[in-house]
Amino acid sequence: MSASTIIFYLLAAFTLVNAVLAVCTRQIFRAAIFLLFTLIGVAGLYFWMQYEFIAAVQIVVYVGGITVLIIFSIFLTQQAGELLPRPTFTRQLFAGLAAFCGFALTMLQVYQHSFTGDQSKPLDPSVANIGHQMLGVDEGGYALPFEIVSILLLAALIGCIVIAARATPAGKSNLSEMPKKEP
Amino acid sequence: MTSEPGLYHFLFISAALFFIGVFGFFTRRNLITMLMSIELILNSVNLNFIAFNKYVWPGKMDGLFFTLFVIAIAAAEAAVAIAIIINLYRSHRSIDVEIAEELKF
Repeated sequence: MSASTIIFYLLAAFTLVNAVLAVCTRQIFRAAIFLLFTLIGVAGLYFWMQYEFIAAVQIVVYVGGITVLIIFSIFLTQQAGELLPRPTFTRQLFAGLAAFCGFALTMLQVYQHSFTGDQSKPLDPSVANIGHQMLGVDEGGYALPFEIVSILLLAALIGCIVIAARATPAGKSNLSEMPKKEP
Repeated sequence: MTSEPGLYHFLFISAALFFIGVFGFFTRRNLITMLMSIELILNSVNLNFIAFNKYVWPGKMDGLFFTLFVIAIAAAEAAVAIAIIINLYRSHRSIDVEIAEELKF
């Protein structure tokens, strides 16, 4: 067993254990931190596959952006130190059953199927190649989806401002209705 | 399982990550933790795209571009979702989906 194999299994175990903890812990801030470690583990798997650009994007956007956004929203909406309510047993049972059955079905299908593709001349996923194809307008270029995604991001930006900056209706002041915390 | 890691190992990881996210989405009743489960699901899809791109079609980069676009759309989705969550918290003082059951107030 080579070092790269060992690193792969370590990364995989790290990712999956943190993912399980992220959906099972009852402290929401810990869930966010476990999610952060899961995303770092996935970025490590991208590094292991030598897709460095995707790994960098994963770290910048997910670890640096979305997780910080989630942590800020936790601070804005949760009382400190409050545990999440425990889900009912039947819901946990059926969710676990659904997840396990779906997983078993998927893996059965995957292991029965053999993937055949084009194994000739691997293309180097370097930043130069990615840039040329992403902004290319010829066959296989991704210039149009690139522009559409930029319009989507603009729409999301405007939508966030419109939603979050809406004036609070009269009689629903933000400060006067803070819930009294029981001692 | 001592062979060199290949496509099936990555498919195992991404399927496990996907169904962990599905489990979290079913059990959680807090909107932020449900959003975290959605992020897990999107990450498993990205891992799948990259693994297929590396092991099945190494001569193309389409999976890589799909991953980039999924990441961009996930960022936009998370931003809009958190704006909605904070607005819901302002009006209902809670972000539990059981409490937010009417669409207008």
